Amino acid sequence: MESTQSFRFFNRGPSPMVRLVFFAVLSLLLLFVDARYRYLESTRSALSILVSPIQTVAAWPGVLWQQLGDFYITQSRQHSLIAENDELHRQHQFDAAQLLQLQTLQAENQQLRNLVELPLRNEFSTQLVEVSYAERDVFNRRVLVNKGESANIRIGQVVMDDVGIVGQVTRVYPWLSEVTLITEKNHAVPIQILRNGLRAIVFGSGDTSQLSLRYMPVSADVQVDDILVTSGIDGTYPPGIPVAKVTKVERDPAYPFASVTCLPVAGADNHRHLLVLSDMPALPERPAQKSAQDNVDKRAKTKRKN
Amino acid sequence: MPYTAINARSEIQRPVSNTFILMSVLVALFMNGLPWEGVWLMLRPDFVAVVLLYWCMHKPWRLGIGLSWAVGIFADVADASLFGQHALAYSVLAFGGVVLNHRLQMFDLRQQTTHVFGIMVLAYSVYAMVHWLVNGYVVWLYFLGCLTSTLLWPPLCILFQAMRQKPVDRE
Repeated sequence: MESTQSFRFFNRGPSPMVRLVFFAVLSLLLLFVDARYRYLESTRSALSILVSPIQTVAAWPGVLWQQLGDFYITQSRQHSLIAENDELHRQHQFDAAQLLQLQTLQAENQQLRNLVELPLRNEFSTQLVEVSYAERDVFNRRVLVNKGESANIRIGQVVMDDVGIVGQVTRVYPWLSEVTLITEKNHAVPIQILRNGLRAIVFGSGDTSQLSLRYMPVSADVQVDDILVTSGIDGTYPPGIPVAKVTKVERDPAYPFASVTCLPVAGADNHRHLLVLSDMPALPERPAQKSAQDNVDKRAKTKRKN
Repeated sequence: MPYTAINARSEIQRPVSNTFILMSVLVALFMNGLPWEGVWLMLRPDFVAVVLLYWCMHKPWRLGIGLSWAVGIFADVADASLFGQHALAYSVLAFGGVVLNHRLQMFDLRQQTTHVFGIMVLAYSVYAMVHWLVNGYVVWLYFLGCLTSTLLWPPLCILFQAMRQKPVDRE
């Protein structure tokens, strides 16, 4: 067998096994570099220029479908459109009244803050983006939106819709950017319970579109239907924007922590348009904690010696 | 019966043009990029994988492990997965296809499909394992994709054979 295999009319390069090993090692190397050091972001955005035409074309059926739906709504259900218009008018008047109140409250708040010399809560500006594609991968809760580096989108910017936080920009391409949803596994958002101001961190659970409050003591004051809003403590998310609603609280004394399940209030699945927040006020720099950490380390070492 | 007919006809097939191969891969990338959501995303067959496997089985010297790897890199960019994740899975897949190429003539479509299922499971496990190593969890429903990809194999095979056959029939 050996002699027949080595005898070849045509030279066709190395055997499949050699090729497999070569490309497998190359992939593993790339994986390691990408997962560890993230050196390849520029390569990725360069290649994305080649891929994006296909992606744009692939997004057309969805857009067409939606436009077709819109067309039939405008053609066949004119009366419902009029009703919707009325409803929106009513909502607008109601909102306008509340907005006037908000403006007076804001002025009052500013005055009071001036009195006690607290820094003002800064405003942020927003940018409207459109979802190009929904999640592409079973594992990742991500969407791609249609603005990127060319529209001044930066990594780490917060993305919301009209009711609450949707996620964060995690990768920026020239004309696209990638938004990781808050339901992504282990994605953390610092929150506050609106009812009592209790601070906590809400984590995404990955495979379902749910969130969970971890490390909440069994005795913590959390109730079903509590609204969770951002606390703004990390400086990434602006304070006071709704994130989720508590749907289930399980208190089992056998475990040190209560298991709290929440549903996000914003739905990236439902809307095509999202807002990217920019010009967030920068927090004052965090004081260096190195010395304290060193002390702890030293103490631990001395303990070990003893 | 159509199985034997395909095998018998395969000998008089005209050579495949590079454009046809390229177009099939592009269309597969397009199909993968359609807005699949929720349950449909989990049930989505990996069109690129099936097309690559087809060419690796039928024309291993035209589209082999190296080109599959390159397509995998593009799939990584398109899916925003880690660099090399799809590439590794597709290289393994292509290797399976190239190995199977030698035995292709012995099998009818049904036997081929069982082999394809094995290769698909292998490629999907490679992808899931990389994800598990990096992120520490696996979504088991992801493996539904290898079933649907396998189910896609026979129709795709028949379709491609028919498309490659057509010009010969006209003569």
